[in-house]
Amino acid sequence: MSIKQAFILAVKSLSASKMRSFLTMLGIIIGVASVIVLVALVDGFKQQLVDQFESMGTNLISVSIPGRGGNRGVTPDDVMEFSIENAEVIGYVSPVVNVSNLTVKNGAESVTTTAMGTNEFYPEIKGLEVEYGRFLEYVDVERRQKSCVIGTYIANELYQNAQSALGSELKINGISYTIVGVLEEVQDSEEGSGDDIVYLPYTLATGLSWNGRISSYAFSAAEKELVEEAENRIRAFLYSVFNDSNAYRILNQSAILEVVNDLTGTITMILVGIAAISLLVGGIGIMNIMLVSVTERTREIGIRKSLGATPWDIMSQFVVEAATTSSFGGFLGIALGIGAAIFAGNLMGVPAKPSFGAVAIAFSVSVGIGMIFGYFPAKKASRMNPIEALRYD
Amino acid sequence: MIELKDIYKIYSDGDSEIRALDGINLRVSEKEFVSIIGQSGSGKSTAMNIIGCLDVPTSGSYFLNGEDVSRMGEYELSDIRSRTLGFIFQQYNLIPKLSVFENVELPLIYKRMEPRERKERVERALEKVGLLDRYKKYPKQLSGGQQQRVSIARALAGDPKLILADEPTGALDSKTGIEVLEFIKQLNREDGTTIVLITHDHGIAYQADRVVKLQDGKIISDEVVAK
Ligand SMILES: Nc1ncnc2c1ncn2[C@@H]1O[C@H](COP(=O)(O)OP(=O)(O)O)[C@@H](O)[C@H]1O
Ligand SMILES: [Mg+2]
Repeated sequence: MSIKQAFILAVKSLSASKMRSFLTMLGIIIGVASVIVLVALVDGFKQQLVDQFESMGTNLISVSIPGRGGNRGVTPDDVMEFSIENAEVIGYVSPVVNVSNLTVKNGAESVTTTAMGTNEFYPEIKGLEVEYGRFLEYVDVERRQKSCVIGTYIANELYQNAQSALGSELKINGISYTIVGVLEEVQDSEEGSGDDIVYLPYTLATGLSWNGRISSYAFSAAEKELVEEAENRIRAFLYSVFNDSNAYRILNQSAILEVVNDLTGTITMILVGIAAISLLVGGIGIMNIMLVSVTERTREIGIRKSLGATPWDIMSQFVVEAATTSSFGGFLGIALGIGAAIFAGNLMGVPAKPSFGAVAIAFSVSVGIGMIFGYFPAKKASRMNPIEALRYD
Repeated sequence: MIELKDIYKIYSDGDSEIRALDGINLRVSEKEFVSIIGQSGSGKSTAMNIIGCLDVPTSGSYFLNGEDVSRMGEYELSDIRSRTLGFIFQQYNLIPKLSVFENVELPLIYKRMEPRERKERVERALEKVGLLDRYKKYPKQLSGGQQQRVSIARALAGDPKLILADEPTGALDSKTGIEVLEFIKQLNREDGTTIVLITHDHGIAYQADRVVKLQDGKIISDEVVAK
């Protein structure tokens, strides 16, 4: 009997009991759909993360110098000098002083926020855009002028809006700063987001931080292709200062992206593993029903054998039937999965696009599972003794 | 055509053994119409299973058309069934979810015949039993006599040399039984198909050319029917 014959026969016997066929397929449908949905969501989530990191500047190289007391270290002037000497690979550099949990006030209203002490180049390095006014300038930094630039969250919380915030006073630790600029909104002006921030001259921010030190520097490479070279030179420079590679840490954006990739890769593997288990359960479901079906059709098998069917004919009939069931389930699962992925993506605000690869893999796995789990019942059917099979009822 | 030599079929059941066939010797020539008669448990079905290549004897040799069947494996047995044999069963044994056409077509599929030739053969066979107009029907839409005629069509569709019928009229009333028997006789007369018919009914057995009587797995008489 040809595969085509077996296929036609399989479709016939599946459509003869639609409810049962559907229930048999259910495991496969759910398994395939969940593979597609999970892969699409994780991909979308990953894309979101990558976009976010890239918007922070792909040329970024961060250096942190935790420092363990003592006076050995680099001064901002050393770093500046080094950067100018290496201008062919290094674009900009800014000291970064991070002051968290800082309370800032406008009259009686106050919010707790994060302040960053930087120099005037920081927007170039991080890709920040100023919406109103300007960013910090050389004179602000050099002369320790009490100027600050705020994010939209602060502007909305303490002033009516960004425009009225501009030029107003902001009290930080009881000292008045003039708001010289308001940044463009980056994350819906939410609390704790990139909009919940105050930029100050780093020369003033050191006085606000708990240890009074500059604990990190942000560099940008002159070109995207030069990130690695710039990083190498920074490393050599820092080593020449500290003589100890544990005294500082260098992180570039591509290293961060790698971490993101690793992380989402692991998440994908775990989720796909879970989905694979449901495919396996689906396969066992098919095997179960096929075994029942083989027993129910014992007499049919006997008749077919008496009419000249070889064990191979019988086996291929049942294997094809199982594979047809599971691939049909696979089709339904793909349709459901694509629909659910788009729906869940919209719901969660993740750009979930069902990937062709996930669809192809889920489908071939489901056909494979049908064949593997159909094999055992089919083998059983093909080995049936025709006389006993004919006597069965 | 059929040559059984010292055929034994022994079922061991713990310490006791059942000799379903206890030293059978039987020759059936081509184009013969033979009945095997005997009481229930006498070994008729066992004999038919061996003649029908559905089973192999415990000992003895069986030649069908000159081929030694007693030493054949599963694939050779299904091949010889497909090439030379047609079965008619008491319970018709049609496949319920297949149409009349598809049921008759089945042995031709296992013969690896081309679809066009299959269609011709199925139509010819159904014509012969007078059921061509019912080819789209399903078995349960037909009467018992019609179902048995479909199973006759199925048995003859592949032009077998030998047709084995195990109690073909057993489930039918006497009038339809006679009708069905007429088709079987016609097959023997017109197409020269060798027929082995199993029955416990004397009236039916003596319609054949020759009657073989079985008792306790042994042949106790073998007579030619005077016409
Ligand atoms: N598979 C089997 N296992 C054990 N005993 C069997 C088996 N098949 C048939 N027999 C025994 O062999 C004897 C002959 O059976 P059978 O050929 O079916 O007789 P008949 O068809 O004449 O009624 C009976 O005693 C029956 O119980
Ligand atoms: Mg019997």
